Amino acid sequence: MGKVLVVTSGKGGVGKTTSTAALGAALARGGENVVVVDFDVGLRNLDLVMGAERRVVFDLINVVQGDAKLAQALIRDKRLDTLSLLPASQTRDKDALTIEGVDKVVAELKEKFDWVICDSPAGIERGALLAMRNADVAVVVTNPEVSSVRDSDRIIGMLDSKTLRAERGERMEKHLLVTRYDAGRAARNEMLKVEDVLEILSIPLLGIIPESEEVLKASNIGSPVTLNNPNSAPSRAYFEAARRLKGELVDVVIPMQKGGLIGRLFGRRVA
Amino acid sequence: MALVLAPEVPLTNWLTALDAQMERSPNFFDARPVVVDLGSIPREQQGVAEFLQLLEQRGIRIIGTEGAHPSWAGIEAWGRSLPVSGKPGREIEPPHAKSTPLVEPAALSGGEPNMLVIDQPVRSGQSIVFERGDVTILGSVSSGAEIMAGGSVHVYGTLRGRAIAGLSGHPGARIFCSKLQAELLAIDGVYQTADDMPAKFLGKPVQAWLDGDQMKIAVLD
Repeated sequence: MGKVLVVTSGKGGVGKTTSTAALGAALARGGENVVVVDFDVGLRNLDLVMGAERRVVFDLINVVQGDAKLAQALIRDKRLDTLSLLPASQTRDKDALTIEGVDKVVAELKEKFDWVICDSPAGIERGALLAMRNADVAVVVTNPEVSSVRDSDRIIGMLDSKTLRAERGERMEKHLLVTRYDAGRAARNEMLKVEDVLEILSIPLLGIIPESEEVLKASNIGSPVTLNNPNSAPSRAYFEAARRLKGELVDVVIPMQKGGLIGRLFGRRVA
Repeated sequence: MALVLAPEVPLTNWLTALDAQMERSPNFFDARPVVVDLGSIPREQQGVAEFLQLLEQRGIRIIGTEGAHPSWAGIEAWGRSLPVSGKPGREIEPPHAKSTPLVEPAALSGGEPNMLVIDQPVRSGQSIVFERGDVTILGSVSSGAEIMAGGSVHVYGTLRGRAIAGLSGHPGARIFCSKLQAELLAIDGVYQTADDMPAKFLGKPVQAWLDGDQMKIAVLD
């Protein structure tokens, strides 16, 4: 039986989809069988970031409504055969998802894969609730700024009350993934410090992904950053996060501003 | 957050006590979802469904029942009974609501203490309402969260959200926290927003109380 992981945040634009693709690819490279599922019905993006937008025939809604079989909708990655995508529908909205349908699809995916990674839409409404409903583990993606932290706090409260695990009285495993962390700006106090974010949210830290143009570059090419440039700083951070998800103990290092001439010249973008 | 009402027999006496309570705080049940815990009603009790109707007539919004016995006439109309255990972790209810009926304060003095202890952080958007006594939070109260207590509020952590004490007219209630970052403090209707709080108290362990109709804050040492 696979594990169901939801990547969520409350706020939009913090890096849920990027992190879903990067973590999915990192786990898949480690030999795990992974499917990434786009729950953002109506505003689908995961297919773009995965570079599969021209291969979408059937989607999550078709499967939920029984118009297509799961195997017909799954798209296997061309670069990694342990990685698959279940895309969302762009022409429908979140009302097209039913609780029974989602439960059935996730149960089927759990049979086939080691990891079912659900990319949640932003917000705290139906779409986000359905994405987190079946989760065993949650990755809460947060940028080091106040509005993102407050929204994450709200989502953590919902993970502990609105999921099947919570309803059964079980604990939901929650991890914090700080993204778009800029060491230079943190040093100049222009950004919340990781310690402050951890203090407010009080859940364990999964990783700190440094702000990097590699992330944007990879998205534009249609490749998870962990496949496009595995040696870049954000990729290394995602690989470490993936190892922690598997239960390995890896120390989290807070990216520091590099010293010396290079550091002074490129202090604004430690990548 | 759903409130839990736990009626006890004889139901008529309990209803009288409820009416007295509602007279003191008429808006208490406004728009609040209520779960009725029927666990302490004996199986042979008659007229349970009618009793629930009487609650609804008082404007109480019943969203479900708990511990109902299927043999009670007309009880199906009140929906499927919720399981007695396995409640969502976050739907925090007063722990005594199950065993303590709503009774007049005089009768309470000899009974169980009225308090609510929550041993986890209160997250943004969550609201803890406990009209019958003190609320103690072991952990922080996030920005955008609120604690409302009929008695005092104790926060062993950073208070970043709102704390409202003395909800139903108790000027003697106080607010305590290990670190003050609150958005709002209120006691018996007198409130202060973060802007009004002297900066020297921010980040400090403090207590707040009412001196007449003025709110005072002092550092705890």
